[in-house]
Amino acid sequence: MGNPFLKKQWSPYLVGLGIGVLSWFAFATADHPLGITTAFEHGAAMIGQAIAPTLAENNEYFSEETPKISWETMLVVGVFFGALMSSAWSGDREKTVVPAIWEQRFGPSVAGRLTAAFFGAGLMMFGARLAQGCTSGHGISGTLQLAASSWVFSILFFGTGIITALLMYGRKGVTHV
Amino acid sequence: MFDPTWKLALGLVTGLVFGVLLQKGGVAKFRIIVGQFILKDWTVVKIMGSAVVVGAIGIYGLLALDLVSLHIKPLAWAGIVAGGILFGIGMAVFGYCPGTSVAACGEGRRDAMVGVLGMIFGAGAYVGFYPTIHRFTESLGNGGKVTLPEVTGTSPWLWIVALATVAVVAYLLTRSGIRSPRETSPASSGLGDGKMPRHPANV
Repeated sequence: MGNPFLKKQWSPYLVGLGIGVLSWFAFATADHPLGITTAFEHGAAMIGQAIAPTLAENNEYFSEETPKISWETMLVVGVFFGALMSSAWSGDREKTVVPAIWEQRFGPSVAGRLTAAFFGAGLMMFGARLAQGCTSGHGISGTLQLAASSWVFSILFFGTGIITALLMYGRKGVTHV
Repeated sequence: MFDPTWKLALGLVTGLVFGVLLQKGGVAKFRIIVGQFILKDWTVVKIMGSAVVVGAIGIYGLLALDLVSLHIKPLAWAGIVAGGILFGIGMAVFGYCPGTSVAACGEGRRDAMVGVLGMIFGAGAYVGFYPTIHRFTESLGNGGKVTLPEVTGTSPWLWIVALATVAVVAYLLTRSGIRSPRETSPASSGLGDGKMPRHPANV
């Protein structure tokens, strides 16, 4: 029996079990579902307030929401350091800029990959805020509460994700996945 | 401006565990996320499926004991539908989701770090145009904070038993389905190939 933290990968079922139990813990101790994107929304809102206070005053967002450094902000910070420690213990550090599957299809251009990452991620976050949740907030925390909104969101994002990826990569160019 | 310190500390501890789980699950990797969307690697579905079944049993159990309360997001149709579509497209292009991209940054991935900047930009666009966006998200009606059992007038346990059954059957089917395609040609990975995530780490 080796130290499990030195292993690069755990069974997906074990990881799923762990996330399920972690969600009990989050509900019971902090009265919060696991979610990532609210922290980004509040962070961006606080940056906006700092650099354009007069614009922020006229935006009704700030009368309906009070952005703050919260449990969710620290959850995001924790995810970063948790993954940092986990990958350091197992030697699973990957300083990838252009992932292999991307390079096979779109070439080795660093600028191309980083531009797509920036705007893809921006679009994803914008969608998450429209729907008020992401893979964690809707996909796991919402569906496990059997929320109607979360099931609609999850089915749609999985469906469009599959269509987009198949259009981008086809089923052929990915034999080495 | 700040949550109380105990709550911040609790968030940090919860996040650390979440980060370790996401990294050990392999979902902080571009090839696993994109592999799921092109239906070649089922790690994401396995993790999410087991998390949802285990989570639902516990949360509804704790709810019955009055130890937790539910936090349901409202069914604002336009926001949910447009959000889900844009989220899926963005996630497929980026190759990480919001939580796993933060974990991918922890793993050292440079493209995920640029993506996190993009996410702040996307969140900023939402906040900046909030008045217009809010009118849009509510434009097709709002079903409120409802659950599937409430909508259908059924017991939540009926849904949980059904979900657990689907999960167990899917697990058993993929387990028994591994052998034949694998032994004949290891290169062609079938849809339900239960061992797919265990490939060598060649990025």
